Amino acid sequence: MSDKPPVLDFATDWDHTDPQWVNNPYPIWEDLRSRCPVAHTERYGGGWFPATHAGVTAIAKDTDHFTSRSVVVGNGRPGEEDLPAPIGLAPPITSDPPFHAIARRLILPAFAPGAVNALEPQIRALCVELLDRFGEADVINAGLGYANYIPPSVIRQMLGFPEADTEKFLEIVHVVLENVDKPEEERLEEFLPINEYFLAQIEDHVANPRDDLTSYLLNVELEGEKLSHELIGGVMILILVAGIDTTWSAIGASLWHLAQHPEDLARLVNEPDLMPVAIEEFLRFYAPVTMARLVKEDMEYLGCPMKQDDWILLGFPAANRDPVVFKDADKFIIDRAENRHVAFGLGIHRCAGSNLARLEMRVAIEEFIKRYPRFELADPAQVTWAQGQVRGPRSLTLRVR
Amino acid sequence: MKVVIDADLCQGQGRCFSIAPNVFGFDDLGNGVVLGDGTLTSETLKLAQLAMANCPEHAIFIEDDE
Repeated sequence: MSDKPPVLDFATDWDHTDPQWVNNPYPIWEDLRSRCPVAHTERYGGGWFPATHAGVTAIAKDTDHFTSRSVVVGNGRPGEEDLPAPIGLAPPITSDPPFHAIARRLILPAFAPGAVNALEPQIRALCVELLDRFGEADVINAGLGYANYIPPSVIRQMLGFPEADTEKFLEIVHVVLENVDKPEEERLEEFLPINEYFLAQIEDHVANPRDDLTSYLLNVELEGEKLSHELIGGVMILILVAGIDTTWSAIGASLWHLAQHPEDLARLVNEPDLMPVAIEEFLRFYAPVTMARLVKEDMEYLGCPMKQDDWILLGFPAANRDPVVFKDADKFIIDRAENRHVAFGLGIHRCAGSNLARLEMRVAIEEFIKRYPRFELADPAQVTWAQGQVRGPRSLTLRVR
Repeated sequence: MKVVIDADLCQGQGRCFSIAPNVFGFDDLGNGVVLGDGTLTSETLKLAQLAMANCPEHAIFIEDDE
């Protein structure tokens, strides 16, 4: 990425891995909304970025003109054969109708509120244990040592994978989401050990069935037939990739905000009932996830001459800052009552794990501020942000005493 | 006054049943459902309106009595 030319005009040459965008994308999006709601780039083989809520909504809901067969912008245009629609590599996120609905119906029950809410005690116990590890330290790393451990541990438990593998999950997520600039062959190569790992876990569950998500996936039937192990592996990749650095980012960004806004921190400490509303504002203001689509065929859309296989960078975080939809869009309002944010996407690909993400955020923040009712950034210059389509602080040192 | 959810529009964003758990529930896929016949009292009307204003999919409707 360092050898790429810096972006001079994001309207005609956007790049979501450019340091300006990685460090602070909000002024860029505001500028784009005011003068060219859909930006273009020749990078990544060519693509478009709608900066308004209306543009993001139109494309997210239009599965006739856009395909989800690749949802992470790669180095070039993906070939038709690499990632076959309508199933894709990691169903249902990479699936299109009509297969999408079938695959989604398989996984939704595992992530519906009833199933997810049952996990609260174990998530709380995990958070307490992680906080205990900080001991009496005055300065702690809440990004690498708290926020990062919560989602993989929860998902590892749901899938019924060995506890010792938590660190391995972090590597997997990093490989898939942060290395967008690597050549396609290298990325596929890095997938091999991941696939092997998942298939070994699946085999183990075939031999030793138990009450977890992996055994559930082995037992469900799709049109009268059990799922292939390859398909289950694809769903697992999706659950890991979609569930880990996303929620890590959301928890981290919330703590990063509270570290710099003692008035908001004090309100949350003193008014615990405010938490659900505050969570939605954290999600709106610091929405971590940007998705991608591919243009299905040459067409004029939103006034742009789109070509088949052009990328669409689908910026839900940008939609959440559109002043047409949100009053004082660039202000964080902890008790914002009306908040129609789209942090979990819109339409048929709404994040399947949204209930779990909210629960993890709520419990993680509740336990953190119970332990540390006052904290601040230990060194603002040291905070690093993830590059790519998932945005959030990674290393986050806080002075807690 | 009655509240309804358009099942074709609902995508299970989960806002309604967290804002107004007395008015909305969820099915086994996590999609929102109206509890009972959806008839609103003056108290539940406000909560239903708040849920409507927070639904990202614009799937909630409040209908006047015929």
